[in-house]
Amino acid sequence: MEKTTDKNSYTLLFAIGMVLVVGSILAFAASGFKDKIDENKRIEKQLNILYAMGVNDNEGSDMSFVSKDIVESEFKKYITKQFIIQGEKVSEDNKAYLLDLKKEHALAKDANHQRRLPMLIGEKDGKTFYIAPIRGKGLWDAIWGYVALDKNMVVLGAFFDHKGETPGLGANINQRFFMDDFIGEHLFDEANNFKGINVSKSNADPKNIDKKDNEVDAIAGATITGDGVSAMIKSELRLYLPYFKNLKN
Amino acid sequence: MGLLSKKDARLILDPLADNNPITIQVLGICSALAITAELEASIVMSISVLFVLGVGNVIISLMRNMIPSKIRIIVQLIVVATLVIIVDLVLKAYAYELSKTLSVFVGLIITNCIIMGRFEAFALANKPWQSFLDGIGNALGYGVILIIIGFFRELLGSGTLLGFKVLGDPIEKTGVYAFGYENNGFMLLSPMALIVVGIIIWIQRSRNKDLLEEELVGHCDI
Repeated sequence: MEKTTDKNSYTLLFAIGMVLVVGSILAFAASGFKDKIDENKRIEKQLNILYAMGVNDNEGSDMSFVSKDIVESEFKKYITKQFIIQGEKVSEDNKAYLLDLKKEHALAKDANHQRRLPMLIGEKDGKTFYIAPIRGKGLWDAIWGYVALDKNMVVLGAFFDHKGETPGLGANINQRFFMDDFIGEHLFDEANNFKGINVSKSNADPKNIDKKDNEVDAIAGATITGDGVSAMIKSELRLYLPYFKNLKN
Repeated sequence: MGLLSKKDARLILDPLADNNPITIQVLGICSALAITAELEASIVMSISVLFVLGVGNVIISLMRNMIPSKIRIIVQLIVVATLVIIVDLVLKAYAYELSKTLSVFVGLIITNCIIMGRFEAFALANKPWQSFLDGIGNALGYGVILIIIGFFRELLGSGTLLGFKVLGDPIEKTGVYAFGYENNGFMLLSPMALIVVGIIIWIQRSRNKDLLEEELVGHCDI
């Protein structure tokens, strides 16, 4: 005799029931945790931005963000202005750091859309930091970062992160040995052409003494992620060139 | 093992050695190759699989008399996927840093054939408690191998363990690097993980001749 569980009708009902149950559990969980997760993401952005401008708890070669309890007040203290740049128009917006770059990238595919660029101004120890959030593609998924520049577009600090690069290889772009190399690097070459910073496997400068070579040392086994970082820096920061040009005039 | 009967204890101990999911059944190879460039990642992955396999086995076992056999594979996939998504959401809400470390593993856990393999081969036919032990045992067996591979790959490939520079600094030429030692960058790439697995299988089979097959049978890994 056929078992009940082998019947087509039972199979169909079971499938429908399972989809309904699992679907509601997941929908319920996702909406229940949404606020909390969004808040975590917002705090993370503030931590990353502060990190890029050198506000962190790094000790020796350890890497550490400022404490989460004080991030809100530190962010208010150091980030003095936030702008959204759209073409010629520069408007102040104190939520500029929350601008979704993924959406901006998608919108930018439409030729009529002028891309909006977030720009954060930080002040620390009498120095002004121009912090640009950037986003690009790694090997598996998105990579992004925050680059703090001075008004000549020399890097004062950088923070990179990724969604799903290979652990031990590409995932190391968020480690200090990689990020610290960017400090002091020039985005322009000697002839004043915009070059970006190349993550290079052949720069023969592993200690990164030459800061004007537009190159930092790559991570072994992470070629595509490294190329992604180079491409991201070049294509995203290039968009800020008019802004920095205006700054000088 | 006063707590467990002899039979139950075997459920945990067998997969650790003579019936190891990686070295004997050759399951879960993909993740063993993909994420073992660092010891820490190996440990995190082992713990994640431990949780998903333990809980998943119990859920499948509880539902074993209800699941229609025609769609059982899909049902198993849904159980794994749901578990993994819920864990991911909870971590994102309450342990954000940890969730970031884990994010890359989420997809890999769902496709890990050990999990599907144990659901199919054990949980569908056994009671929840035995299924739980079987899940834990297999996850531990998987974890042990992952950690061994991660240990050697990180040590020989990067000269570090859990991020600590145990062999000295390759750029400043301290520690063993002072004597001309170089990191083997090849260890960081997946082929070396396969070779390390091969060496473990070799050692294991040469110590225990019972494990040798009389003739090789083709095997398909997801």
